[in-house]
Amino acid sequence: MATGARHEPRDRRSPWLAIFYWLVIVVTSVPILVMVIYSFNNAPTSRITFAWNGFTTYWYRNLGQVSGLTHAFLVSIEVAVISSLISVIIGTPLSMALGRYKFWGMGSINALVFADIAAPAIVVGAASLSFFLSINLNTGLLTILIAHVAFNVAYVVVVVRARLSGMDRSIEDAARDLGANPFVTFYRITLPLLWPALLAAFLLALAMSIDDYVITSFIAGSTVTFPLFVYGAAKVGLPPQVLCFGTLIFFVGLTLALANGFLNRRHLAVRAATEDSLTK
Amino acid sequence: MTNVATTRVREPSRLRRWVSRHSPPYVLSLLGVGWMLLFFLIPLGSGLIVSLETGNPVRGYNLTWNWHIYSQIFVHSDIPYTTFFIRSLIYGGSATIFCILIAYPMAYFIAFRVSERWKSSLLLLVLISFFVSFVIRTDMWAFVLADQGIVITTLRHLHLVGKNFHILGTAGAVIGGDVYNNLAFMVLPIYVALEKIDLRILEAARDLYANTRQVFLRTVLPLSRAGIFAGVLLVFISTVGDPVNSALLGGANTYTIGQAIQDAYLNNQQFNVAAALSTILMAMLGLIMFVYARVFGTENIENLV
Repeated sequence: MATGARHEPRDRRSPWLAIFYWLVIVVTSVPILVMVIYSFNNAPTSRITFAWNGFTTYWYRNLGQVSGLTHAFLVSIEVAVISSLISVIIGTPLSMALGRYKFWGMGSINALVFADIAAPAIVVGAASLSFFLSINLNTGLLTILIAHVAFNVAYVVVVVRARLSGMDRSIEDAARDLGANPFVTFYRITLPLLWPALLAAFLLALAMSIDDYVITSFIAGSTVTFPLFVYGAAKVGLPPQVLCFGTLIFFVGLTLALANGFLNRRHLAVRAATEDSLTK
Repeated sequence: MTNVATTRVREPSRLRRWVSRHSPPYVLSLLGVGWMLLFFLIPLGSGLIVSLETGNPVRGYNLTWNWHIYSQIFVHSDIPYTTFFIRSLIYGGSATIFCILIAYPMAYFIAFRVSERWKSSLLLLVLISFFVSFVIRTDMWAFVLADQGIVITTLRHLHLVGKNFHILGTAGAVIGGDVYNNLAFMVLPIYVALEKIDLRILEAARDLYANTRQVFLRTVLPLSRAGIFAGVLLVFISTVGDPVNSALLGGANTYTIGQAIQDAYLNNQQFNVAAALSTILMAMLGLIMFVYARVFGTENIENLV
């Protein structure tokens, strides 16, 4: 297929599709705009208010003022980083198995990965709590970590496997022909080529973990994560600092995603150039 | 004698070769699959076990194989669980249909009307709300749509609605929230499916005098069926069980089964009831998805996510 513009062959183009697309994007941006704008609202109380009382950076300068919020945020970061690391470490070999071998039981593993992603969070949360109750494991930080790894492994597999299937195997074969053992081949060839996918998988896992409310709500015990804190606060009105944290997460997440996309694109460009020079 | 000896020597080496040829994928999958089995699949089963226990939060629960819990939930319950189930299915179904209607044109636009270099940016825009925490972005809608919020006060100023007009607490608000939070899960698979379509097929259809509508209905739509299928699967499953949209955007009349499971487990500590409800929900979704896959199915759904 041509790599240039991929247009549907059609003479008349109505603008309605474009208008519709942008309209939906505008509507979906409303909560983001409201969050960013109201994080600067000079609200008279420590709850967000509908009235606009002027611009202030007070809430950003007093981020740590709300008791429990900062701690919940740090717990979420900790859970996200640790669970994402574990997920990438155990999910990458699994992706290698699924992407590089044909073996008995592969279909079942693929189905398991799919079920892990598609299963409704409410059922997974309730079932996890049932399980932890059955084995008498007290719910808390440990159970949150276990459950987050359990759903993040599947996301890691999906991302890494997709990259593996698009990867040129001939380089690995060449390394093997030149006498490299499987470990050297993995470390010197596969891993460097896979790096962007591992980073993308890690970032996705990070995002899924930081964002999870439903599953965590069941198995958190007395531990409070950021989404749990926000949910609890939402019923009585959010403190403006929640919007500040939300705004910070938004911009950090967006920056990371854009940087990752940029790295990916550069990576692809470098590879294309290398392949180009090799064929010449 | 020597024969036996040689076979004895040869046997392990053959076995070892066989093992070393076939074991790598199993060794590689061990940890990942083990974790998912132990902390995802087995818990799903243990939910069934807990539902068959009887007892109370103070004394603890014992397994008594109390299958009656399942009839109690539907028939002899003070709490109308049947209504919650039906309501949740209606909300999930409506949200899924709206998602298809909104997502398809968007995915079509990105796949066919945009030059290659802008596609990833436009896809990122579809995902933009995921960069805001789920609970915050849903609560921001509650903030915007509240009775004193900007939308309703504006509508009142323009005399478009009366004093008794509300958005929050209605089924519309909950379904709207479900659509908003899941739209990307519909756009992405449909986009992937459309992107795979060989454009020469569309050209061929046009050469054979198909008009615009026929090209779409006879080629594009059937060829993107797998994408719609995957999207429906993801959106329907996640919206039927969701407790957050109905809790933050709904009211007393929009109480869903997701909230019921949460309340039974976490507030009332009726572990057996909660586990039974969640087992029923899982079985119900499994059955609906199985029938749906049989009717509209595609071969390998795993490849679509």
